Amino acid sequence: MAYSEKVMDHFTHPRNVGELPDANAVGQVGNLKCGDIMKIMMKIENDVIVDVKFQTFGCGAAVATSSMATEMVKGHTVQEALKLTNAAVMEALDGLPPVKVHCSVLAEEAIRSALADYYNRQGIDPTPIVGCVGDCDACHDIHKE
Amino acid sequence: MEDRFVYADNAATTPVAAEVLNKLLPFYTTEYGNASTLYRLGQSSHAAMENARREVALTLNAQPSEIFFVGCGTEADNMALRGFMHGPNAKGRKHLITTPIEHHAILHTADALEKEGFSVTYLPVDHDGTVDLEALKQAITPDTALVSVMFGNNEVGTLEPIAEIGQICRSRGVCFHTDAVQAFGHVPIDVKAMNIDLLSLSGHKLNAPKGVGAIYIRSGITLQPIITGGGQEKNRRSGTENIAGIVALGEAARIRREHMEQEIVRLTTLQNKLISGVLERIPQVWLTGHPTNRLPGSASFVFAGVEGESIVLDLDNNGICAATGSACSTASLDPSHVLLSVGLSREVAHGSLRLTLGAQNTEEDVDYILERLPRVIERLRVMSPVWKE
Repeated sequence: MAYSEKVMDHFTHPRNVGELPDANAVGQVGNLKCGDIMKIMMKIENDVIVDVKFQTFGCGAAVATSSMATEMVKGHTVQEALKLTNAAVMEALDGLPPVKVHCSVLAEEAIRSALADYYNRQGIDPTPIVGCVGDCDACHDIHKE
Repeated sequence: MEDRFVYADNAATTPVAAEVLNKLLPFYTTEYGNASTLYRLGQSSHAAMENARREVALTLNAQPSEIFFVGCGTEADNMALRGFMHGPNAKGRKHLITTPIEHHAILHTADALEKEGFSVTYLPVDHDGTVDLEALKQAITPDTALVSVMFGNNEVGTLEPIAEIGQICRSRGVCFHTDAVQAFGHVPIDVKAMNIDLLSLSGHKLNAPKGVGAIYIRSGITLQPIITGGGQEKNRRSGTENIAGIVALGEAARIRREHMEQEIVRLTTLQNKLISGVLERIPQVWLTGHPTNRLPGSASFVFAGVEGESIVLDLDNNGICAATGSACSTASLDPSHVLLSVGLSREVAHGSLRLTLGAQNTEEDVDYILERLPRVIERLRVMSPVWKE
């Protein structure tokens, strides 16, 4: 198992790491038992993600995918962010080892979870828009495939 | 301190010592004879091999005729378990006793034996990783053929009460195997005084190369061979002998034996400095394994709020090589079976780190780790959504 240079770069110099006190969209996925937790905080104005921060407990791939995912949605509209896939995050990082694919899934889910919170806060049911925001078991299932 | 390279993963493997390398090289170039041949070139290889056998035997207080060279520690473990359970000394008994903190070379072999119809009991260990001797006494039944308990644990460093286990097994007429891959050459081992019947060891944990190991088989015990062929190693282990590796193992054993006392004192001093330094400088960190009865040079911890693979990667960015039992470092999502067996929760076990010092490490190395590790943990904790001071 070896990480690409891009993964190591994002792990060593993560972009957008930290807290965002005036966030109006916050999502957290994963759990401690599984060893990965990602928290994404966004400031959204007129459906544009003007700022985004993350905090991650997890392996190098978990940190790198969080960092890359925040880069890929920052400055974009909510609708564009909803189209972000784990495959796109992986590709942007020049790939991940097979056992780490679930980290990119978690990053996609963390973004969706934050966007679901954004809709919830406006009294809009996010499920039809955002879809299912998975949980840790989803990662386990991916591993088994 | 300036950036430096610190190899602190000596439980994973060690560099080949310069003296050992010098001794082994001719056996690849000028002394390349097959030890089974009659001419002088081959007999010279044979003599070198027998000299190495004496060195390994001396280090264990065994007879040279009780030492058999193999390819690695895993092979020795497989020979001991499969060879004994299928061999004549098992006398039809089908029960094996071991522990949940063994290396996978033992655990997966025990699994395979279970599938073949043998029964296996796993003894409980306490929070320090020490095997429960009372549980051992109770687990032995008339059907028990073999007990296998490791000498020193590779993940948490705990040294097991081998002499006591040997005494119990001998008095109950049960054979005793110990996986001494981490311990051989690092702590004194006396197979006679400790009543050890079978013992596995590996070269690359004591500054010999990878690809050579040995098994001690007490005189009178016959293992069914798991590799058959030309009948080398008195039919115990066929296959042309790895003379260069065997010579290296013998030389490494000799060096270790002659310097063991000083090296134990030196490494224990460095280990104590490392352990107390980490516990003093970093909040919410715990030592894993036994607080004092440990393999010399071994320091293992769990850190709250950070994940082990990240610690290892960030230490690597600082030039430090270390290991973790975190799930993320493996193909599965489960943290180390050893850490779970000593009673750590999955949450805590994810933040594990193992630093193992060896012959090449100095006090400056420890100082450097003590400077860089707190920074690494701090950086990762700042990033962590679950870290609370």
